[in-house]
Amino acid sequence: MKFSRQGNSTVVFPVMPVVRSSACVVGPREGKGPLREGFDLIHEDTLAGRTSWEKAESLMLRQSLDIALAKAGLDETQIDFLLAGDLLNQIISANFMAREFDVPFIGLYGACSTMAEGLIIASMLVAGGFARNAALAVSSHHDTAERQYRYPTEFAYMRTPTSQWTVTAACSTVIGVTGDGPWIEGVTAGRVQDNGVTDANDMGSAMAPAFADTVWRHLQDMSRKPEDYDLILSGDLGKIGSLLARELLRKKGVDIEDRHRDAGLLIYEDRPEIGAGGSGCACSAAVFSAMVVPSMRRGELKRVLFVATGALHSPITCQQGESIPSIAHAVSLVWRSEEVKP
Amino acid sequence: MPRANTREKEAYRKLSIKASPPRSVLRNAVVAFLVGGAICLVGQIVLSWISSTGIGRVQALSRTQTIMVFLGAFFTGLGLYDKLGGVAGMGAAIPITGFANSIVSPAMEFKREGFVLGVSARMFQVAGPVIVYSFIASLLVSSAALILAR
Repeated sequence: MKFSRQGNSTVVFPVMPVVRSSACVVGPREGKGPLREGFDLIHEDTLAGRTSWEKAESLMLRQSLDIALAKAGLDETQIDFLLAGDLLNQIISANFMAREFDVPFIGLYGACSTMAEGLIIASMLVAGGFARNAALAVSSHHDTAERQYRYPTEFAYMRTPTSQWTVTAACSTVIGVTGDGPWIEGVTAGRVQDNGVTDANDMGSAMAPAFADTVWRHLQDMSRKPEDYDLILSGDLGKIGSLLARELLRKKGVDIEDRHRDAGLLIYEDRPEIGAGGSGCACSAAVFSAMVVPSMRRGELKRVLFVATGALHSPITCQQGESIPSIAHAVSLVWRSEEVKP
Repeated sequence: MPRANTREKEAYRKLSIKASPPRSVLRNAVVAFLVGGAICLVGQIVLSWISSTGIGRVQALSRTQTIMVFLGAFFTGLGLYDKLGGVAGMGAAIPITGFANSIVSPAMEFKREGFVLGVSARMFQVAGPVIVYSFIASLLVSSAALILAR
């Protein structure tokens, strides 16, 4: 059997799967942010007309998938796998969304790295010939995440400057064999890293080592330099995590300073309540859908390394004093001009 | 090694502190003092006003507390008290209005999970420890007072 692998841990696709479409449905705060032009639907209220935030999150997930399918010109009979995940216990937003679609479903949990985790699995399903099209949907919601991970939303407390603001959004994408692009050339799944950070309000610090490890391994495996990418996008490292990640990579002799941007710093204006930046599954996913895919289609970005990061803790492990394991998955996207399209 | 050893953890902790913005302790303390003081000023005005009706000190104090708890709950309900807490921190949390907020906010939050397992079960999620430890503290202080007074 011939394996499509390169280096120690990178998968490369001889026939590259295609991003057929992507769609993003967001809440009010995101809808006022710098990327507002790129979103497909903006809700005026975080309840999105539902009776609970959990119901709203699931609805947004469903809406984003409906829009992504419509954009790709597909209906659910042409989707062979639906992959979805979110931040809530028992990934309820994804599971409850999936009951609305008559498609084989695989639930995912990778904390805020779920978008990249899903892209890895979806592209392997398509490239391996196991699916004609695979749909991927991820979501996060500020209010559902606050009540699960922190305090009631109306509780009066001061957020620390290292804390991050969970993005309220749901994003879907369809991966297939033909389509508008960009193409997925290779993926590197992350290893769980733990540098002993115990502060759940400082996830940037917790996740930076995972990001640095995955990026370093990806560049090694592909024999590339950061300059080979027009953009290296981290998921939600925030201000502090970005500084740390760059520093960790610099120590390994890799300087990503020019190429690196963080989705958590692209999605909101810099405001005190946002803290160190945005976070959540939908943070990287919203930037992927509203910025990366359109920019690549316009030919402004030729090659992008999309690296979503996740902090794999729960409130229980933090209360028991455990440090925060974290992960980062890398997906390398390329834009090919018309002439070289297969 | 995916899992850092003690020396690596310590080195990383130092790096992380260096990358983090300094917490503006002075600014936070000043804002907390001003906001906390303003809340207490409101309490004092209410107390003076009630006392002026001549109902006696104990009565006036308990009515003032009731009014302040109401105000804390009211502004929590309006969705404003959490914003005050976001700016003033302990300045909003320590006065009795903050105690009201700590009980009303989970009650509001968990209303969707029903009145028994939601509102009433979760109501003291934040305030519970405050009540438990203030009870223990008062027990210790009163015991000490009892012993020393002999």
